[in-house]
Amino acid sequence: MDKKEFIEKFADLFEETDKTEIIDDVKFKELDEWSSIMALNVIAMVDEEYDVMLKGDDIRSAQTLNQLFEIVQNKL
Amino acid sequence: MYNPYSLENKTILITGASSGIGRATAVECSKMGAKCIITGRNVDRLNETFHNLEGEGHIQINADLTLEKDIELLVDQSPLLDGFVCNAGIVNTVPIGFYKESEIEGVFKTNTFSMMMLTKYLIKKKKLNKPSSIVYTASTGNVFSAGIANGIYGASKCAIDGFMRTAALELAPKKIRCNSVNPSMVMTPMMTDNQRITKEQFEADMQKYPLKRYAEPEEIAWAIIYLLSDASAFVTGTALKIDGGVTL
Repeated sequence: MDKKEFIEKFADLFEETDKTEIIDDVKFKELDEWSSIMALNVIAMVDEEYDVMLKGDDIRSAQTLNQLFEIVQNKL
Repeated sequence: MYNPYSLENKTILITGASSGIGRATAVECSKMGAKCIITGRNVDRLNETFHNLEGEGHIQINADLTLEKDIELLVDQSPLLDGFVCNAGIVNTVPIGFYKESEIEGVFKTNTFSMMMLTKYLIKKKKLNKPSSIVYTASTGNVFSAGIANGIYGASKCAIDGFMRTAALELAPKKIRCNSVNPSMVMTPMMTDNQRITKEQFEADMQKYPLKRYAEPEEIAWAIIYLLSDASAFVTGTALKIDGGVTL
């Protein structure tokens, strides 16, 4: 699983946020555009792209995008 | 004792009885004196419901309602019914950009197609008494409200609402009443097993309810009992919200 690709797919879910803000140590839940629908979008994207079932709790426990990447990678 | 809500001498078929609202409905109906025909996909869980039923003469029939042959077999094995609780359902929480046709089909097969086909076979094979009552488990979402990522599930429940109204009209000459219960969030495995939503998110959502909590499955069962009983003899085509006021 390629981290750069994961970050790109993650960034793709956003409409307003500048892509340069979405880097591996970004605290993604602090982004203005973050919302409960974004959390469900991330879960659905990870399911579709990586066949990994993320839980709402996984999103809750991850602070940075890097931590979220590691959670997904550990479930592969 | 005077009780127009009694289900004494009534035989009721309940689908989706292996857990949640279906299980609570079966148990509560048996306590109100009904003879219950219960069905579900999971043999062990259905058996657990069966052992919780009060009184004698209940029947359990294992069936997968996504299969037309199982629906037909279930109807063939059913005795003459005074009530039918069409309750089996599955949930789906996916935003629109990630819909899969197979997933839409799966939800609609269980929630919507099976409801129409079960009703069809019960009518065709003349298994419903005159009078009798059908109660469909719909939902407040998206019949009375809407939620994010709830499009597939909500559409399947709106289809139940739409069908129920036609059934009420079409089956009235046969003295069959058709109504739905429309719960909001209920404390069932369908909700608690939905791991896409965290406990904290559910707790925050509960605070949006004027009554500050979700429903217990028995609270839906009691509304179903009302619609099955002679107390609702003049009620047909009604969608009954049980939602703690959340859609106000």
